Amino acid sequence: MILLATTGRILRQLRHDRRTVAMLVVVPVLLLTLLYFMYRDAGTTFDRIALTMLGIFPFVIMFLVTSIAMLRERTTGTLERLLTTPMRKLDLLFGYGIAFGLAATVQGVVATGAAYWLLGLSTTGSAGLVVLVAVLNAVLGVALGLFCSAFARTEFQAVQFLPVVVVPQILLCGLFVPREQMAGWLEAISNALPLTYAVDALAQVGRYAEPTADMWWDLVIVAGAVVAALVLAAATLRRRTG
Amino acid sequence: MIEVNDLVVERGKREVLRGITCTIPTGLVTGLLGPSGSGKTTLIRAIVGVQIVKSGTVTVLGEPAGSASLRRTVGYVTQSPSVYADLTVRENVRYFAALYGLGAAEAERAIDDVGLASAATQLVGNLSGGQRSRASLACALIGTPRLLVLDEPTVGLDPVLRADLWAKFHALAAEGTTLLVSSHVMDEAGRCDRLLLIREGVLIGDDTPAAIRERAGTDDLEEAFLRRIREQVPA
Repeated sequence: MILLATTGRILRQLRHDRRTVAMLVVVPVLLLTLLYFMYRDAGTTFDRIALTMLGIFPFVIMFLVTSIAMLRERTTGTLERLLTTPMRKLDLLFGYGIAFGLAATVQGVVATGAAYWLLGLSTTGSAGLVVLVAVLNAVLGVALGLFCSAFARTEFQAVQFLPVVVVPQILLCGLFVPREQMAGWLEAISNALPLTYAVDALAQVGRYAEPTADMWWDLVIVAGAVVAALVLAAATLRRRTG
Repeated sequence: MIEVNDLVVERGKREVLRGITCTIPTGLVTGLLGPSGSGKTTLIRAIVGVQIVKSGTVTVLGEPAGSASLRRTVGYVTQSPSVYADLTVRENVRYFAALYGLGAAEAERAIDDVGLASAATQLVGNLSGGQRSRASLACALIGTPRLLVLDEPTVGLDPVLRADLWAKFHALAAEGTTLLVSSHVMDEAGRCDRLLLIREGVLIGDDTPAAIRERAGTDDLEEAFLRRIREQVPA
C-alpha cells in the first residue's frame, strides 16, 4: 500500500513537471534522428549504434533524474520526515524504481517505435525485447542514482557523478572498441560494469531472431546489479543522522 | 510521556546539548524556548529519534525514542517545511495520509484544520511561506498522533493565524495529545502550559509560565528569562 502510494506520489510530481516529461519522451528521438543523418551512408553502422543507444539513453537519463530527485528528498527534509513515518526504506527505493521504470517504458516505446518506423532501424530480433532491455537499463540507472545521491550534498556534486559512474560504462561497453580487441585489463574492467551486459543483450537481439540464452544471462546480470545497487542504497538511508 | 535523561549531543566538535534532563507531561502543551542556536532543534530531533546522540537516554511513551512502534504515534514538523513543492497541498497531505493507511477524508480534515481548504489545489511551491508551513503541519496532523512535536511552527504567520493555531494546539491537548512546540518568540511562551527554557545546550528552566513569572518577580516572561540567565551565569 505504502509502496503504491509512493509510486503514485513520484509519478504525480513528474506529471506536474511537463517540461521534464516532454524532454524524457522527445530528446531520445531527436538524438536518434541525429544519428540517422550522421550514418546515413554508412550501411549497417546505424543499426548497430542506434540499437546500443536505445539502451544507453534511458540509463543515462534515469540516472540523472533519480540522483537529483533523491538529493531533493534529502535536502528538503522530506526524507527525514518519511523515515519517521511507518514507511520502510524499501518502499521508497522501490517506489522510485517502479515510478521511473514506468516513465522509462513510455520513453522506451516511443524511442524504439521511432527508431524502427521512422528511421528504418532493422534488427533480426524483436522490437519488444529492445524495449525490455531499455526499461531494465532505466531501472539500473534509477538504482545507481539512488545509491550515488547519498554521496552528494549539492546538485553540483550529484551531476558530476555522471562522468564518474556513467561515462566509463559507456566508453567500455563495446560501443567504441569491440571488447575482444581491448587490452586485458580494460576488458576486465568492462566485465565488471553492468552496462556492458545490457549492451551485449541488445547486440544479441540485433543478431538473432529468437532470444538467446546469452541474452537472458545478460539480463539476469543487469537485474542482479539493480538489486545490489538498491541494497547499497538502502544502507545509505539512515534514520538517525548527526 | 517523554523522559529525557542526561542527554548529550555533539555536532562536529561542539557539544550542542550538555546533559539535559527533563520530563514532558502527557496532554499538555509544553513550550521549548531559547535563543537561536541554543539546541532546541537538536533536542527535538533527539525526541523524534532522528538525532545521533552521544550519551543519555530519551524515552517516549515508554519506548526508546525512534522505535519502530512510535512511528505511528509521533507527528513531527521540521523547522523548514518538509513537503513536496512540486505537488499540490491536497496531493501532499493525501500522500502522508496513505503512509498511515488513511484515506482522502482524513486528508481533507487535516487540510481544514490548518485553514488551507481554499488553497488545497495549489502547488506548494506557489504558496507563501506561512501557507507552506501550514501544509507541512497538516501532514503531521494525519491520524491524530499521541505526541506532536513542532519545531517553530508559527514563524512567519500573521497574528490571527498564529492565534488560530495556538487554539488548535490547545484543542488537541484537550483531546489528550501531548504537544512539544519550540519557539524563540517570548510572547508565545505565555500560551504554553509548561515551559522548558534552554540556553547553550543547558536547561535553565522547567516550570509553568506562572511559576517562572513568580520566581523571577516579573509578569514579563522575556524579562523572567533574562533574570534566569543572569542567575545561571554570574557576571
